[in-house]
Amino acid sequence: MFAYLLRRLFFFIPIVFGVMLLTFVLFFVVQSPDATARRVLGQKATPKSVENWLHNRGYDKPLLINHTPGKPWHDSLFIHQMGRLATFDLGTSDVSGRPLREVFAQGVLPSLLLTLPAFLLSIALGVGLALYLVFIRNAVVDLAASLFCVALMSVPVMVYVIFGQFVVAQVLNYFPAFGFELSGWSTPKFLLLPVVLMVVSGLGADVRLFRALFLEEMGQDYIRTARAKGVSTVQVLMRHVLKNGLINLITLVVASLPFLIMGSLLLENFFGIPGLGNVLFTAIQAPDFAVVQASVFLGSLLYLGGLLLTDVCYAWADPRIRLQ
Amino acid sequence: MKSLDQIWVQNLSLLTGYSLLAGLIFLGARSERWRSAWRRLKGDTVGLISFAVILVYLLIGTLESIAVPSASGSRSLLQQLTRSIPQETSYAAPLASTALSLSDPKPLKSRHLLGTDALGRDTFVQTLRATRSALWIGGLTSLIYIPLGVLLGMMAGYYKGWVDDLVQYVYSTVAAVPEILMLVSILMVLGKGLGSMSIALGITGWVGMARLIRGETLRQVERPYIAAAKAMGQSNWKIITRHLLPNVMHLVLIKFVLGFSGLVLAEAVLSYLGVGAPVGTASWGTMIDASRSELSREPLVWWNLTAASSALFVMVLALNLFGDSLRRAFDPKQGA
Repeated sequence: MFAYLLRRLFFFIPIVFGVMLLTFVLFFVVQSPDATARRVLGQKATPKSVENWLHNRGYDKPLLINHTPGKPWHDSLFIHQMGRLATFDLGTSDVSGRPLREVFAQGVLPSLLLTLPAFLLSIALGVGLALYLVFIRNAVVDLAASLFCVALMSVPVMVYVIFGQFVVAQVLNYFPAFGFELSGWSTPKFLLLPVVLMVVSGLGADVRLFRALFLEEMGQDYIRTARAKGVSTVQVLMRHVLKNGLINLITLVVASLPFLIMGSLLLENFFGIPGLGNVLFTAIQAPDFAVVQASVFLGSLLYLGGLLLTDVCYAWADPRIRLQ
Repeated sequence: MKSLDQIWVQNLSLLTGYSLLAGLIFLGARSERWRSAWRRLKGDTVGLISFAVILVYLLIGTLESIAVPSASGSRSLLQQLTRSIPQETSYAAPLASTALSLSDPKPLKSRHLLGTDALGRDTFVQTLRATRSALWIGGLTSLIYIPLGVLLGMMAGYYKGWVDDLVQYVYSTVAAVPEILMLVSILMVLGKGLGSMSIALGITGWVGMARLIRGETLRQVERPYIAAAKAMGQSNWKIITRHLLPNVMHLVLIKFVLGFSGLVLAEAVLSYLGVGAPVGTASWGTMIDASRSELSREPLVWWNLTAASSALFVMVLALNLFGDSLRRAFDPKQGA
């Protein structure tokens, strides 16, 4: 198992490299460092100050490979940046000049405050509803529930947000529909709507998935044995179906755990929550290459961590699986 | 004369798309699996209703895609059919007889079933016209990501070894880059337009398909029919196209239908990001995006949001339900 994990970790290095290269190309194809400098420094910037700005950030180097005779080939922007990131030196924002370590540290809490309650709530609700559907086993209720789930899945996120903000802010006039404050009782007030929307927009897919999982468990031989022994339906569901289904469920959702830290790109932006998702979102639009690169770097590490976690979870849940 | 050429190009590409679809259905209809699935589908009420709804959308989208000559160059057949509906100067509420203005409610040229938008265009007609954008984005993107994903997935599952490593490497890399960054960057380079939106969505969208087909291919190559084909000395390419492809094709169809709904939804998000459909092209995404400011107006303008999101919702709902029905029809063992 240890050898397997180590091998996977080595496999991750080229992936992270590829991700960084892709990000780099995507970004500098869209906007040259020169254009970014002009945008940050404003219209009146002298050519000298633009040059200084570029030089201070190392953006005056050739992009990928240095072809200048007499200079080493690796004296290029991309390779310097990769070297910096390899030591987890995130650098500073191109636009505001703040150290990124600080920017990210500040964004983690708002992101987690949004995603963690939403994640836990949607799993609890999804599992509960799915178990209930398996329990009553009624064709009409099943059809109605599956139609309802598909309907929930078919509403565009945009409509959820626009409608939610409209109802809360203008019709109910109840609590703030936009913004964020990290102090005492006002924080949950700001977070209530985005959390509810996140749960509702994902609920349809969750219930369907969990229900399929539990139904598959219901078809197993050991359930028939338990029923033959005279175990009641509720006990079969709680003791056997839920327990065995949960193992599969954990392996399924564990891949999304690292993404809780990254927050929800769109929802954070819609509601003005200053989380990591919003940091990346505004950086894409600014554009602020340093922030985008560092976010994508951390994001890809989290993504790969999720993959690894899934593998470990499978091996832990099912002893027949050996990681080699 | 130039506009006549454009009309021809547009209509011919539409015709090509439909012949492609017909060809695929014809190919599928030859296999026993597809025919028995069709028999099961015919007994599925929800599946048939959703299929009928999709056909209606397809018809509306086709009407908007057919170009006919007009006084100012060319217009769509749908525009031609609805030309009797006049254009107002600004917002008008559904079935109102005067314009939406508190200070100066001028009388309208005619009543509008679902009101009019900021430019005075009939909301109902705009909603119908926007069907075209949704269908073109879904169709073109599918045309890009399906061949890419299926081919790479099959090659990875069939050849294994370094081919598999390479394909897995590429899709892990693409999947690890935030999708929004990819979409926005690609669209900024290519510029706005239905075509470039499809390319951007296609480049990010093939990963799921490749993963699915790779998994299924890994299962299929263990089956005896592949060993038999190999023993008979058939070339790898022939085994992939003649034997493997027909056996994974039903998964492709299901994923195509379900993926289509995701693409239609993605268009709305792209509009919010400011890289949506170009100005002048009716789309539900831009209508929904515009409604964010309309909802804070006084008096309230709610009909554009309602019309666009209802049309979008019903289409996605029908696609999702039909996709589920297809899955049930192809795999009756799996039950609900």
